[in-house]
Amino acid sequence: MTIAVINSGGANLGSVQHALHRLGAESVLTTDAEVIRSADKVILPGVGAAAWAMNALNKAGLVEVIRGLTQPVLGICLGLQLMCESSEEGDVECLGLIPGRVRKLQVGKDLRLPHMGWNQVDWVGEDPLGQGLDGSEWFYFVHGYAAPVDHAVAISEHGQRFAAVVRRGNFAACQFHPEKSAGAGARILSNFLEA
Amino acid sequence: MVAVRLIPCLDVRDGRVVKGVRFRNHRDMGDIVDLAHRYRDAGADELVFYDISASPQKRSVDIAWVERVAEAIDIPFCVAGGIRDVETARAVLHAGADKISVNSPALERPALIGELADAFGSQCVVAGIDSIRENDRWRVRQYTGDPDNMVDPRRDTMSWAEEVQRLGAGEIVLNCMDADGVREGYDIEQLKTVRTTCKVPLIASGGAGSREHFLQAFREADVDGALAATVFHSGQIAIPELKDWLRGHGVVVRN
Repeated sequence: MTIAVINSGGANLGSVQHALHRLGAESVLTTDAEVIRSADKVILPGVGAAAWAMNALNKAGLVEVIRGLTQPVLGICLGLQLMCESSEEGDVECLGLIPGRVRKLQVGKDLRLPHMGWNQVDWVGEDPLGQGLDGSEWFYFVHGYAAPVDHAVAISEHGQRFAAVVRRGNFAACQFHPEKSAGAGARILSNFLEA
Repeated sequence: MVAVRLIPCLDVRDGRVVKGVRFRNHRDMGDIVDLAHRYRDAGADELVFYDISASPQKRSVDIAWVERVAEAIDIPFCVAGGIRDVETARAVLHAGADKISVNSPALERPALIGELADAFGSQCVVAGIDSIRENDRWRVRQYTGDPDNMVDPRRDTMSWAEEVQRLGAGEIVLNCMDADGVREGYDIEQLKTVRTTCKVPLIASGGAGSREHFLQAFREADVDGALAATVFHSGQIAIPELKDWLRGHGVVVRN
């Protein structure tokens, strides 16, 4: 199995590859359209700002490549937000694979932004990524913006409810970092590899 | 609901984990990857590695051990020590660290915080603040990794904590030096005071000696995480038992 990790230019892409490696899967970090198109699985990670990352994908000529993928694709963190229609962060048009606009989290004065730390998710829909998980697990989040819950299969909450895992066809994504979420995160990644 | 974070702090010198008392007399605690694994398995929520010899020696952190740690563990970790420019920060983050913490170099050149936040996002940028009581106020200290070369940058802790947030820091680790290493409790008064103006996550550091101290920091100072070294390294407090006990006292912790 070949796994392409799209090099969206953000920091800490190596962690995703390390996590796959711990599961016995090798991956390639790439911006090569052919490598991405022909991979069995594709991961779109991302740390940083939406406008900056969309700009990087545009420059690399990858926007249409990603939109046209038919194999399983997993977005992680900013990767989830990039899959949405647009983002308030930098007011940018995104990939449009999942309906909805990403907005800044609205938290009261007692909660901190960014939403940084371990939180739980509520699985509201059946999804292969959630296989073997029952909502008691904890996942590591680091983000200030979030997608609406309309197309969520799992929902989390920090001041407001937001999409923790989304799915549309072959495109799925999680707002948390499975590669940094200990055993529960490893389960998400192995579910993705096996699906 | 987001859980509070228990964060073992591993002081690193020449690639080994060490621990001192009030920043002096360092003892060898073991290999970095062994300890990282141990804490990950015990349920630590995050790890912080301070290369305590980097800043005083005017060199940056050694990337090789950052890579070794990143390969080995699947929880977030932060690296600190002599990171004084965007390129060094990039190397550390690309080696697998989730965050970088800047302390002395940010005092040398505060614009560094803004440059790092612009390049990687605020969520990657932690401001470490070493703070000591001076008469009736708290003051910042610089180069605390080497007591002989410690510097007074002539800054007030409160105003510096506000400034680092303005510049783009996404988290503050407040190390209360008077309490550090003596296990008599976190400096609740100081943490509460900084909390009033701290809109980003605030991590308590220095002074943990018992499970009550952790509870006090979460309950009274409303901190987002508590960092400790001695009590974890010595085995005096085991993280799983500490979490059970905190949970029993109504604190939200990760299983």
